[in-house]
Amino acid sequence: MQDETILEITDLNICFEMREGTVNAVNGVNFSVKPGEVLGIVGESGSGKSLSARSIMNLLPRNATVTNGSVKFRKSDGEVVDILAEKRESRKMRELRGGHVGMIFQEPMTALSPVHSIGKQIMTTLSLHTDLSKKAQVERAADLLAMVQMPKPMEMLKKYPHQLSGGMRQRAMIAMALSCNPSLLLADEPTTALDVTTEAQILDLIMSLQDELNMAVIFITHNFGVVAEIADRVSVMYLGNAVETAAVDDIFYNPKHPYTRALLQSIPRLDGQKRRRLQTIEGMVPDPFNLPTGCVFHTRCAEKMAGKCTSQIPELTYFENDQMARCHLHQA
Amino acid sequence: MAGYIAHRLLWSIPTLIVITIATFVIIQLPPGDYVTAYIAELVETGEVIDAETAAHIRHEFGLDRPMYEQFLTWIGGILLHGDFGLSLDWKLPVSELIWDRIGLTLLISMLSLLMTWAIAIPIGVYSATRQYSFLDHLFTVLGFLGRGIPDFLLALVLMWMGFLYFNFHVGGLFSPAYENAPWSFAKFGDLLSHLWVPVLVLSTGGAAGLLRIMRANMLEELGKPYVETAYAQGLSERQVVWRYPVRVALNPFISTVGWALPALISGDVITAVVLNLPTTGPLLLRSLQNQDMYLAGGFILILSVFTIIGTLLSDILLVLTDPRIRHS
Amino acid sequence: MSEQTLSDTAVEPAVEVKENSSYTAKPLTLMWWRFKKHKLALWSLGVIILLYLVAAFAGFLAPYDPFKHNRLHPFVPPQSIHLFSEDGTFQGPFVYGLKRQRDPETARLSFEEDTSKINRIRFFVEGDKYKFWGLVPTKLRLFGVEGRRNRIYILGTDKLGRDLFSRLVYGARVTLSVGLIGVFFSFVIGITLGSLAGLIGGTIDTVIQRMAELVRSIPTIPLWLGLAAALPVNWDPILVYLLITVILALIGWTNLARVVRGHFMTIRNQDFVLAARLSGASKTRIVTRHMLPSMTSYVIAAISLAIPEMILGETALSFLGLGLRPPVISWGVLLQDAQNLRSIALAPWLLIPGVAIVVTILAFNFLGDGLRDAADPYQK
Ligand SMILES: Nc1ncnc2c1ncn2[C@@H]1O[C@H](COP(=O)(O)OP(=O)(O)OP(=O)(O)O)[C@@H](O)[C@H]1O
Ligand code: SF4
Ligand SMILES: [Mg+2]
Repeated sequence: MQDETILEITDLNICFEMREGTVNAVNGVNFSVKPGEVLGIVGESGSGKSLSARSIMNLLPRNATVTNGSVKFRKSDGEVVDILAEKRESRKMRELRGGHVGMIFQEPMTALSPVHSIGKQIMTTLSLHTDLSKKAQVERAADLLAMVQMPKPMEMLKKYPHQLSGGMRQRAMIAMALSCNPSLLLADEPTTALDVTTEAQILDLIMSLQDELNMAVIFITHNFGVVAEIADRVSVMYLGNAVETAAVDDIFYNPKHPYTRALLQSIPRLDGQKRRRLQTIEGMVPDPFNLPTGCVFHTRCAEKMAGKCTSQIPELTYFENDQMARCHLHQA
Repeated sequence: MAGYIAHRLLWSIPTLIVITIATFVIIQLPPGDYVTAYIAELVETGEVIDAETAAHIRHEFGLDRPMYEQFLTWIGGILLHGDFGLSLDWKLPVSELIWDRIGLTLLISMLSLLMTWAIAIPIGVYSATRQYSFLDHLFTVLGFLGRGIPDFLLALVLMWMGFLYFNFHVGGLFSPAYENAPWSFAKFGDLLSHLWVPVLVLSTGGAAGLLRIMRANMLEELGKPYVETAYAQGLSERQVVWRYPVRVALNPFISTVGWALPALISGDVITAVVLNLPTTGPLLLRSLQNQDMYLAGGFILILSVFTIIGTLLSDILLVLTDPRIRHS
Repeated sequence: MSEQTLSDTAVEPAVEVKENSSYTAKPLTLMWWRFKKHKLALWSLGVIILLYLVAAFAGFLAPYDPFKHNRLHPFVPPQSIHLFSEDGTFQGPFVYGLKRQRDPETARLSFEEDTSKINRIRFFVEGDKYKFWGLVPTKLRLFGVEGRRNRIYILGTDKLGRDLFSRLVYGARVTLSVGLIGVFFSFVIGITLGSLAGLIGGTIDTVIQRMAELVRSIPTIPLWLGLAAALPVNWDPILVYLLITVILALIGWTNLARVVRGHFMTIRNQDFVLAARLSGASKTRIVTRHMLPSMTSYVIAAISLAIPEMILGETALSFLGLGLRPPVISWGVLLQDAQNLRSIALAPWLLIPGVAIVVTILAFNFLGDGLRDAADPYQK
């Protein structure tokens, strides 16, 4: 694991054995995150974004099997944890979750427990990872709510999720995830369920908190506009592959992978309208039970080279400035 | 919330009135009256009663007065003096006959309810968290069996097995030695040693049903995003399961207490007949057969009142435990 | 359930019949399609069909008249069917003859196999007279044994020497049909009240809801007992039978009504109903043509779960002596003979009708579960 990274995912492969066959949901994901860096992950629905994020928490669905690869995380004290080598329930993993890595989810309504108050839920995290007294926990919880700019934090503590609006719930969610000063925040489409104004507010909040607390963030989204706005680096996923990873400028101005290019062409220029959902590219996303041989994108690729692309899986090609792509075009 | 409880309380008043009237109508329904049944019984043993004596008995019990008068006297007595009238059959005040038995019925029903939960909750949680494991399948099969065997049949089979394999007489609530003894620790112990049979019989059916519900609810809850959040907070599996989903999955339990109680009381009535328990069952049956109407009416009325109270309590409990309802 | 089809039917009566049938068939076909995957439910359906066939052909299947006493054969234990005699020679299916013994102390009769007498089983034999489906007088029975004075009791006999197997088969007619008829009554009450509540809403809804709540908050057995006790002992058994089913239905309708009402509430504002309404269809028309068919699958599922309740109710009442009474034969009536320990200890086979009850109830429960899952895969 490189010295300056906080998280490194190498060659991750995840599959599901189903009655209908094997689903190769993630096959060959590589990326790393530096402290204080924001990594955006974009990709169509079903491309394996959430699974990659859950593997960092070691919280994959129970029917999932990791067939290859490793996920390594460096704690703030320097210790490196080989996450997938740990048992799901191990003490180390439980310390990591909520303590060193925080996570926020897409559905703020259903992601919070309906039967516990906001305060209670934040204090649960606190009591697991700190030895604050009850009173100190209450104070800290109120501080956190103030930090995520919720009005009247003391009163908010007693509220239940169903009494709050979507935006407020997502703020509470963020407060909960940040309660123990994690060095990495995983945000799995945290703004998809919100309206545009609220989305902007939540994005601003996450960015300002990221700045303030200097934590690394992995931000998953469908939305290239959001990525352009907040990410330092971007990883583009297609059918379980991280097909290209690069600094945000390189992705937009110097994309190497045909899929990235196609994606960029299908949205209006950046300086125009920024927020647009990903447009679909010609052709259908292949059935996950029967992945294409060779390059997974060859069924829809405009630059496909007959023979090579349909039979050989392309290796990762590295470019300058840490850009990497999986495409035969760049292999000598 | 206070408004809601008051509302529920108010609603139970018309329910009570209707039940009272219904009870009285039901016990009046059979053609003829107690005296006819009494005479028929005497005729079977060879005795004959002349019309004059019959009229005399009728008059004595007020059976010759109009129906509504009988009803008002009856209900007036209950409301004003807690007097449920006279058992025509036993020639004793109804209240002397029923309270002991109703107490035992309630005791058995409550214990069965607790037993139902004690069986259903842990097994339901286990089955949901270890879905498709060997034990999950086993419990599923047992659950189906429990649901398919009627209470009285299970009681019969237990009775037979007890006799066949242990030469143990299942039935009754007391050993002969304690039957008429005053209450003591020894008698209480004796009661407990007999109690498990009816409690087991009554709880299996309910437990089997609740088990399925609990398992389904748990599976549904475990699939919800908030469970993942809880894991992401750093909670262990045990903490996650018992702190969150179980609480949510329990809501339907609480809301069904109200319905579980009538079922248990019903079950007790019929099981008691089989197992010959000194609870309401056998006496109610006999009073219905003899048209001992005040006794039967007293039973039906009190049992119904208890179920209404049970329903009320479960509604209130539900409001107290589920914040989503509490605040709406 | 496309909106297109629906609004079309409402506007153009000419194509109505055809369109409508494809529309009602569709959810049912879908349901059957999902149901078929449920192996257990499918098997249960088979068992249930078999049970009803047994009931339908009771006279043919039963070797003897179920009412006929035989003073010589009280409490005969079930006889086992053999293929080979003592010396190992193949005989075809047969039972041994009965050897009567009297216990010198208790003076109680007991029976043993008399291995010297072999009574071969014969099929399609002439037996006691009966009327096939109450119409055609015949003597044809599925099986019996050779010899006019020999008997075969595969499930034993009761205290009057009546063949339990024949009684069980005849009892199926009553018990299984009580389920159907009772469900029919509660179905009528439930659908009517449920759709009234769900459609009109307001006060009517409240009143019906309260009524259902009231009925459900009364402990059923005491209520059943009370109502059943009101039936005079000397009434015609058929009448008693009908009234018992009505009593069961009077208490059992609430669940069906709840299902119907709930469904009405949810679909009242769904697109296809609105579409029909907007295109000017009358209210009754909307209900009978569009709303009721759309919930057939739910109702079927609810019904199959209600039948075992009815059967249980009949059995329990008859068992207690307040429901059907001898000479009517139902499984509950048969179980009455097994009411106390003494009879069970003496003749455990008297509990066999209980096995029949459990099998029936389980089969209906599995079937109901399967149907419910098939009706709505997203419901738990
Ligand atoms: N529990 C599971 N069982 C079987 N297959 C699964 C399971 N979870 C995920 N998958 C498969 O993995 C694929 C990737 O899922 P993932 O949730 O990572 O997609 P995603 O990129 O997050 O999509 P979205 O944008 O819709 O959230 C899915 O297409 C699905 O086929
Ligand atoms: S490898 Fe071939 S098919 Fe795949 S993206 Fe590159 S050019 Fe297209
Ligand atoms: Mg996702």
